[in-house]
Amino acid sequence: MLRSYSEINAKIKSGQAVVMSADEFISMVEEKGLSAAAKTVDVVTTGTFAPMCSSGAFLNFGHSSPRIRMQKVWLNGVPAYAGIAAVDAYIGATELPEDDPLNSNYPGEFRYGGGHVLEDLVSHRPVTLKAISYGTDCYPRKSIETAITIDDINEATLFNPRNAYQNYNCAVNLSNRTIYTYMGMLKPNLGNAHYSTSGQLSPLLKDPHFKTIGIGTRIFLGGGTGYVAWHGTQHFPSIQESDGKSLGPAGGTLAVIGDLKQMSPRWIKGVSFTGYGASLAVGIGIPIPLLSEEIALYAAASDRDLYAPVVDYSDAYPGRKPGCLTHVSYADLKSGKITVQGKEITTAPLSGYPKAREIAAILKERISSGSFLLTEPVQLLPSPADGRAGNVLKG
Amino acid sequence: MSPKKIVLRFGPDISEEPIIYRLVKDYDLLINIVKANVNPQKEGTMVLDLTGDQIEGGMNYLREKGVQVQALSQEIVRDEDRCTMCGACTAICPTGALFMERPAMEVYFDGDKCVVCQLCLKICPVRAMEVRL
Repeated sequence: MLRSYSEINAKIKSGQAVVMSADEFISMVEEKGLSAAAKTVDVVTTGTFAPMCSSGAFLNFGHSSPRIRMQKVWLNGVPAYAGIAAVDAYIGATELPEDDPLNSNYPGEFRYGGGHVLEDLVSHRPVTLKAISYGTDCYPRKSIETAITIDDINEATLFNPRNAYQNYNCAVNLSNRTIYTYMGMLKPNLGNAHYSTSGQLSPLLKDPHFKTIGIGTRIFLGGGTGYVAWHGTQHFPSIQESDGKSLGPAGGTLAVIGDLKQMSPRWIKGVSFTGYGASLAVGIGIPIPLLSEEIALYAAASDRDLYAPVVDYSDAYPGRKPGCLTHVSYADLKSGKITVQGKEITTAPLSGYPKAREIAAILKERISSGSFLLTEPVQLLPSPADGRAGNVLKG
Repeated sequence: MSPKKIVLRFGPDISEEPIIYRLVKDYDLLINIVKANVNPQKEGTMVLDLTGDQIEGGMNYLREKGVQVQALSQEIVRDEDRCTMCGACTAICPTGALFMERPAMEVYFDGDKCVVCQLCLKICPVRAMEVRL
């Protein structure tokens, strides 16, 4: 044990804490060795900014006069789920307007969806709220159409059931036609390879055994402060040792929560994937307290030590066929070229590395300046040792 | 008669066909190749200035061959505030006009290399690329 949460927080309050972003910490470990670096540095900050489906916000609109018990709700034409309470709704990132042409003119554009509503809200832009109801004795009104902004409504709580994937597939296309996926446009015959993590800055890749990140961990979320609420859906951390490499699949995920009113459109952005749909890009940064040398060792993993599975999105992924074509390191992915089945392929990320670096730097600054204290998790999340695995949906 | 500027995009299957020769020989067109990015077995792009009476016929020939033909009367601009520098466009842009500077992984747009194929408009997840007329 190198230090405790309370010792770290005491140092943060007195302005003495040594905080480094993950990329800076990697350089320091390379220079001074793990033990010396772990003794010096209290907290390592991580960051990621990428499209993250399974995002959305709970909104409470406040009550109109007379009252309406909203049965169906639309925000800028995008349906929100209103089966919660009279004026509560959940707007999900991937929801689409009912009159969207979808993929009828393939590949569809999906220019506006729930993610864009969230971006409009966080930008303080007016959003048209439309609701209908059947009328009750206590809620007589049957319809309402009005403009709201995030400042007018009672609550806007971002609650994302699955964010910050620990690792992710590198997507390729083995077929002979262009395909349009949530991993972008994939050209035929291994024409390109797309990946979507920030590698050595990716929060959950820096704490692969979930030794520090748990329920109640305070995080950077969308520009504001948020918390880890639970493990994310499809949280299946697993590590396979192979040829001295630690290889993981998509792995762990986080459910995160925070006040959308504090957040910024710089870090909450609606996204459109041609041929696939709409979603939300979310900025997340997580501090990793270096409680022990083992935790520091994981936090020091570099792009050379971290691997993504390469998966064919023309057949293997849609068919839910297990396995992958190969593993490639994030160092290789970031070089711009990888080799798969003997063919050299151009790579590109969907996760913005400069933005991830910026988030890690902002979080570092917040901690260094004393405005962001670390929280000890109420409970840690399931780790690879717990052996959680996904179920197959029959049908 | 002023020349007509067009952009051609073609798949790897026709990159080895002598389409320019056909435009000259069969349609009697005067051709100035403004930009070209043609490699064997790869998709290619070309910007041409065409002069002649049979431009429509030549363009129909190209379309029959599976070449996508667009008039070049537009330019592409990047909304710098909207761009998140994710890089999703960089493996798609056929001319390398959108590219990544390593190791910083920052994304840049070189308008001089752009052939206005407009692929990036569809590909950019935050729709930061726009056509300017």
